[in-house]
Amino acid sequence: MQDIKIKITDREGVLHEVEAPTDMNMNLMELVRSYELAPEGTIGVCGGMAMCASCQCYIKSSHTLPEKSDEEEAMLAEAFYVQPNSRLGCQIHLTESLDGLEVVLAPES
Amino acid sequence: MIKTDILIIGAGPTGLFAVFEAGLLQLKCHLIDALPQPGGQCAEIYPKKPIYDIPGFPEVLAGDLVDNLMQQIAPFQPGFTLGERAETIEKNEDGHFVVTTNKGTRHQAPIVAIAGGLGSFEPRKPLLKDLDRFEDRGVTYMIKDPEAFRNKRLVIAGGGDSALDWSIFLANVAREVTLVHRRNEFRGALDSVEKVQALKDQGKIKLITPAEVVGLQGKDTLEAVLIERASDEGEAIRLEVDHFIPLFGLSPKLGPIADWGLEIEKNSIKVDNTVDYQTNIPGIYAIGDVNTYPGKLKLILCGFHEATLMVQSAYQRIHPDKRYVMKYTTVGGIQGFDGSRKEAPKAVVKSIE
Repeated sequence: MQDIKIKITDREGVLHEVEAPTDMNMNLMELVRSYELAPEGTIGVCGGMAMCASCQCYIKSSHTLPEKSDEEEAMLAEAFYVQPNSRLGCQIHLTESLDGLEVVLAPES
Repeated sequence: MIKTDILIIGAGPTGLFAVFEAGLLQLKCHLIDALPQPGGQCAEIYPKKPIYDIPGFPEVLAGDLVDNLMQQIAPFQPGFTLGERAETIEKNEDGHFVVTTNKGTRHQAPIVAIAGGLGSFEPRKPLLKDLDRFEDRGVTYMIKDPEAFRNKRLVIAGGGDSALDWSIFLANVAREVTLVHRRNEFRGALDSVEKVQALKDQGKIKLITPAEVVGLQGKDTLEAVLIERASDEGEAIRLEVDHFIPLFGLSPKLGPIADWGLEIEKNSIKVDNTVDYQTNIPGIYAIGDVNTYPGKLKLILCGFHEATLMVQSAYQRIHPDKRYVMKYTTVGGIQGFDGSRKEAPKAVVKSIE
């Protein structure tokens, strides 16, 4: 298991290149929180159950991601600022195949 | 004026359990919560989700945990001010705090315990031009009195439980209910989805999906909404309505508590975790997810612990001259304020012949 690198653009437009472990059962929302790239209380409100959309992000690179579950799909249908490349960070499990992933955090809503 | 010993702001699991621990010390509690029901996030966001780390419960649904807590604290007769948000705090001449809600309800107590979680839940507002202008003039985010919609024409937007449940309820109250959602699929209890289907078949609910409300029209009050179907981009349907009810869920905001002079760090209230979870203002405590200290974990079980220590400290503040030692419930039982009494059955002491 190796750490991977992920590029995250925060809500202020600042780019962060961070190292992410792949052996800690972590998802993208938790990674953002662990580096404090968005203020506490504005991301991961529901804890990662695909029930709040506070971790919405836009996928900028061409990585193949796991398909959206029905729950994620339904939550995105109720969220704001949704784009075709929107995903919920909490539903993206960090694996080695995501090395080099580039994402932009969606605005707070 | 509502008077109590400990005024608890937030009726989530931590706030509810504080009532129990306070009750053991014969202290009365009153709770304020912005949501219309107790339970906080557990009841509002994920009542049907299982929790696995409540000590002694290998698995418990969040909603059941709330029901159990309500049952556990019932003997201590807590008061509730629900559907109102704690807005301001003042100190009166006796040194007691007076907390007033957004609806003007006043509460007085020597101790305030903030158990506010991530904050009070505010409706998430869709991104529509002129939305602010029509708030309370046709646009409503929270339904408090369904009678206000009798014989009116409504458009409800959203795809979750609340959009479904209110469409069902209001179908028999309003003259016309139109439900608009960005997808054909709805996320809700199967039962609700089937009911909406039945009401649609009976012509009592008009369903427009996949579609979105894209505009609001009216002079002083809302007169019509513009709805765009996903298939006809750029072409909007104009629908005359009296009310537009967007139901896109709630998001927590720390809100007015942030202006109470408390020390705030990362959207949380700083407390002294070495003793009693007191804030920088003596007599005001913060417990559960709303507080922060070195090593803080936002877990329900940590909130229970914090509530327990907070109440001991509150007791000493209220009764500085009284001596007290903690008593196990197994030994002391529970003496409810309602006159009820629970205690361990006495062991049988009898000779065997």
